[in-house]
Amino acid sequence: MASVNTPIKEIGETYLLPEGTTFHDITETVSRVTENPAPRGWWMLFLPSLALLGLMTACITYLLAFGIGVWGNNAPVYWAWDITNFVWWIGIGHAGTLISAILFLFRQNWRTSINRFAEAMTVFAVLCAAIFPALHTGRPWFDYYLFPIPNQMDLWPNFKSPLMWDVFAVNTYLTISVIFWLVGLIPDFATLRDRSRGLLRKRIYGFLALGWRGSHRTWQHYERAYLVFAAISTPLVLSVHSVVSFDFATSIMPGWHTTIFPPYFVAGAVFSGFALVLTLLLIVRSVFGFQNIVTIKHLDLMNKFMLATGTMVGYAYAMEFFIAWYSGNPYESWVFLHNRLGFGQLDSYGNWGPLYWAYWAMVSCNVLAPQLFWSKKLRTNIPVMFVVSIIINIGMWFERYVIIATSLNRDFLPSSWGDFTATPVDMGLYLGTFGLFFTLFLLFVRWIPMFAIAELKGVLPHAHPHLDDHGHDGAKAKGELAPAPAE
Amino acid sequence: MSENQQKRPALYLAEYESPEALAKAAMKVRDAGYKNWDCHSPYPIHGLDEAMGLPPTKLGIISFICAMLGLTTAVLMIWYMNVYDYPLIVGGKPAAMSSFPSMVPIMFECTILFTGFGTLFGMLHLTRLPRHHHPIFESDRFEAVTDDKFFISIEVEDPKFDLDRTRSLLESTGPSHVELVEEAVA
Repeated sequence: MASVNTPIKEIGETYLLPEGTTFHDITETVSRVTENPAPRGWWMLFLPSLALLGLMTACITYLLAFGIGVWGNNAPVYWAWDITNFVWWIGIGHAGTLISAILFLFRQNWRTSINRFAEAMTVFAVLCAAIFPALHTGRPWFDYYLFPIPNQMDLWPNFKSPLMWDVFAVNTYLTISVIFWLVGLIPDFATLRDRSRGLLRKRIYGFLALGWRGSHRTWQHYERAYLVFAAISTPLVLSVHSVVSFDFATSIMPGWHTTIFPPYFVAGAVFSGFALVLTLLLIVRSVFGFQNIVTIKHLDLMNKFMLATGTMVGYAYAMEFFIAWYSGNPYESWVFLHNRLGFGQLDSYGNWGPLYWAYWAMVSCNVLAPQLFWSKKLRTNIPVMFVVSIIINIGMWFERYVIIATSLNRDFLPSSWGDFTATPVDMGLYLGTFGLFFTLFLLFVRWIPMFAIAELKGVLPHAHPHLDDHGHDGAKAKGELAPAPAE
Repeated sequence: MSENQQKRPALYLAEYESPEALAKAAMKVRDAGYKNWDCHSPYPIHGLDEAMGLPPTKLGIISFICAMLGLTTAVLMIWYMNVYDYPLIVGGKPAAMSSFPSMVPIMFECTILFTGFGTLFGMLHLTRLPRHHHPIFESDRFEAVTDDKFFISIEVEDPKFDLDRTRSLLESTGPSHVELVEEAVA
């Protein structure tokens, strides 16, 4: 029987999941994780994550007690690690939305093996990101001034400020990502409900499943809702990192004031997000044994994405240099040649820009490392891709650090130059957000189906009946049937 | 639930092994003129809309209305707060609708936010979820609907429902099992 999910063997397509996979296999493989005791590997990751979460709590408490002077931010580097970390974490989230929304609209069925996972990552990464600007305001207990609600000063937010746009973009992004993720989970919670034997478990999953009956009258609206979510998330995800880049691009700082920023930031975000999805996926795949759901084919495709977006990012780096030279703006060229590349003129102390090494770290990690993926052999080699994915994440952190620090520390007037040194609280808070992220993530893999069970079933080759053999609509199919029994 | 509690029939439940069997059976039930019936499957099956004779969903209209509502809300909010109630003149941008370009990002985000909520609640409304109690859950076999089995249910509320004729209709569609699901009389 032919079906939309049957691969075209002549052009080298293969089945997404191993041939002969049944519906029950998928239910069993995915649900088992939430039913069996956690493997030792899970605990080995969970306990350190909890410890890091404690570190985060300690750093935040210390910061609230003493003020943001405990960070290294100071004139002229007022935006330092905190904004770097914010942009980095937000960027991580973008791959999740790309996988769940954009690949859905393009009918890339292979996404079903990784979308749930990536969406969860989006939600947790945005939560981690939100911590930084919230604290950076200095008096986080007044953060409600950011929202358009009446306050005691009788003053409304300034909607012309890109920072205000950020508030709207990030909150909308978080809200829509959570809704999209939870809506996708409804049928899978129902699967766990129906497999539950204990009463408490049945009650909890039953509550979350909203009384799902797998009814086709429900599926019909549900699928349309899914399509609408994908359709609104696609421009949303492009807008979020564009708005983040406006924070920089609408200023007049040399190195920030460029029109290439929105697409450059979006490509970088997708790039880093795919890298983190891959890092986590490789760990989870080996801890829980999901080699049949996330096959080497999926990993290969993800690596191709990283190669493509990494090369786009490399193009953006090159284009920034070209424009710095072509614009003839001496401040712009100074930032790029001196502060970033470490070439050209020395400053008045006879030094190169103090952070030029960070620029070269960024280029090696982001542009050179993914070039390995031109080779199919390396693209399908798990240790290689694991290492490269981590290198990319380091490189993308450096990218944001380079953009922020090397523009601020050496700007127009040498009299306002200054350097930035991270303090232990800076480092502790950054490490601590990993604790938050991994704690949430590990709880997710333990208690929530980490692959979209219903969607995976829908991409099996025998999932859809071939009803339109003799025509393309129901009216014709209707003619094929024997008359209904007389009543 | 005690054994001697009074029960009444709630629905017929026919079980099928494959999506083809379900779709073919659905066409027969549709042609027999039933209204209060449904197909149940572990994942959405393509082509079942036509096989069941369902009209297209109206969710898109709800989403679109909410999108326009979000857009309007954003414009009115920014106008009221930054132009009318407390004119804010910063960045060389006048406190008037002429600084429109700076409003675009928030207009866009509000449109998306309202569409998201509209789609979520619109879907819950159209699907009548959450509904945690339904007589269909009285069937133990029905638990497999979220695993690998396919079902058709015909409810007693249907005007054509008849204990014998409905059963024989369902049995003629090649199910692997047919049962009458009963619910307790309140």
